[in-house]
Amino acid sequence: MRGSPRVRLVKWSLHYGVLLLFVVAALFPLYWLVKISLTPNDSLYTHSIDLWPATISLEHYATVIGNSDFLLFFRNSVIVSGVTAIASTLLAAASGYAFSRFVFRGRYWIVGVMLVTQMFPLVIVITPIFSIFGPLGLTNSLMGLIIIYTAFNIPFATFLMQSFFDGIPKELEEAAMIDGATRFKALLQIIAPLTLPGIAATMGFCFTGAWGEILFALLLNSAASTSTFPVGLLLYSTRATIEFGPMMAAGVLALLPVCIFFFLIQRYLVQGLTAGAVKG
Amino acid sequence: MASIDIKNVRKDFGPVSVLKGVDLAIASGEFAVLVGPSGCGKSTLLRLIAGLEDASSGEIHIGGRRVDDLPPRDRDIAMVFQSYALYPHMNVRDNMGYSLRLKRTPQARIAEIVGRAGAKLGLEALGERKPRELSGGQRQRVAMGRAIVRNPKAFLFDEPLSNLDARMREQMRFEIRKLHRDLGATSVYVTHDQIEAMTMADRIVAMNAGIIQQVGTPLELYDDPANVFVAGFIGSPAMNFLSGEARRGETGVALSVGGKAFCTLSQAVAVPEDGRVTIGIRPERIRIGVGAGQVVEAAADLVETTGAASVVHVDLAGQAMKIFTTERLQLTQGQRIPLAIDAKDVCLFDPAGGGRLR
Repeated sequence: MRGSPRVRLVKWSLHYGVLLLFVVAALFPLYWLVKISLTPNDSLYTHSIDLWPATISLEHYATVIGNSDFLLFFRNSVIVSGVTAIASTLLAAASGYAFSRFVFRGRYWIVGVMLVTQMFPLVIVITPIFSIFGPLGLTNSLMGLIIIYTAFNIPFATFLMQSFFDGIPKELEEAAMIDGATRFKALLQIIAPLTLPGIAATMGFCFTGAWGEILFALLLNSAASTSTFPVGLLLYSTRATIEFGPMMAAGVLALLPVCIFFFLIQRYLVQGLTAGAVKG
Repeated sequence: MASIDIKNVRKDFGPVSVLKGVDLAIASGEFAVLVGPSGCGKSTLLRLIAGLEDASSGEIHIGGRRVDDLPPRDRDIAMVFQSYALYPHMNVRDNMGYSLRLKRTPQARIAEIVGRAGAKLGLEALGERKPRELSGGQRQRVAMGRAIVRNPKAFLFDEPLSNLDARMREQMRFEIRKLHRDLGATSVYVTHDQIEAMTMADRIVAMNAGIIQQVGTPLELYDDPANVFVAGFIGSPAMNFLSGEARRGETGVALSVGGKAFCTLSQAVAVPEDGRVTIGIRPERIRIGVGAGQVVEAAADLVETTGAASVVHVDLAGQAMKIFTTERLQLTQGQRIPLAIDAKDVCLFDPAGGGRLR
């Protein structure tokens, strides 16, 4: 940076001021969520708005864990989101690789159809899907949700994976194939390790998408035994009251798996693994 | 070691014909260099030999065995890529040993072979390094090492020196050549750099527009080019081409440029009916001053010097010409200078087809 120390200071303050503003705006709802989840019931419905409650308690967490179906919803969500993430990523990796490396008949049309699926709102396909899934026994089932989520995730995940494969030089697998590997082995031993950031990003995208989805979860599954978390959260909002405390506590708990998931994959999200493969 | 035979190979990408029927025989142990401008099909030909592309028609044999239906892994060849294509997540040792691991070679044996190749290339101290921690020259050596440990039937090189700076390129040129002398392996080397081709090749295969223009030793191509393309591509500074006229006389074929006598060829040459020819003469074969040969007069234009030698640009009857000389000359623009031309250094080409007139 150039200029006098004073100008530099102003620039520095502006730079970090804007960043701070953004961070505060982004994190404030989270903060409020945590704050309410820790506020005891008796001080929750007062007139004053406090930035932090005078006393904090874990009573809402106790209610959520001990006195509701929360653990069941949680388990359902983990299964649905986990399987969706793995299935979509595997399928998207396969199709993304094909789009990146092969020229084949109908390629143009397949890409077109995949783009079209991304263009209309999901609401309009709910009714036909419901009437197809009903006779197949896929309503009120986790499997039904997994199939729907995977199907709707694949097009975007495929484009995502394709862009990651495009970033890896074709020569690497050519070299491996000359070294004696089959194309599949080259993909597994050479390309896949280099695509880990892409795989992690795609998995994260699919996982969070499935984790927060409510439309299909609400309409396809009405039984508590197959409800996922977002649907469970709605149960705290009844005709008479909204139980903000337990709802927020459940919300905080719902954040945990996503946080853990991203904590685990963040190391792979860091790019730059391919540096040095080709001239740099 | 094995020979490579290519029979009438064609390669089309959709409507574009990249190789238009190539026939080539590379002898066992030979170092063949495919050279030509970009887009001439040389890299495609190499990739066909490697099995990375499928030929549209024709046959490829390596060591007498037809391979054009085999995948790359079954052709027993090694390839060094322009980008080196080192596996970024593996260290130098694993990069070099990967092919042996695929063959399920015992660990101890891999270590021994990789160690020996590493020693040959001066990579002993770098075994644990990742490709990104290596310099360009070191990466190049690892790529070579990866090829050597295979002990393949043939080595294929795809412009392996293009990413190096000039000094490094010169050194690696020498090292690759020395390695070839030690291993005696059949090698096919692709480059667009005619100096690499001249200095490294046992035989040069000059290509243009998907067709092999001429095959021969470096000096054969240099001294006796088959057409204008080869004459102009091989040699630096490039051969001079002058459009002139040829007239058969009693003493031989008299050449003139812009109406002025250029030189007279004593040997019989097939001259086109209209007498129009392209006259080719190498810049270093023209002597400034009055000598034994015929003398023409030109006007000096500009002198470029490299220290060891100079290139004198002259104007001969309105046509530009270059002269390569080791003499240090002080010339002013427009100064008239006599040039001695020896008839045996002159090549004649057909201006229409570009073919050599003999």
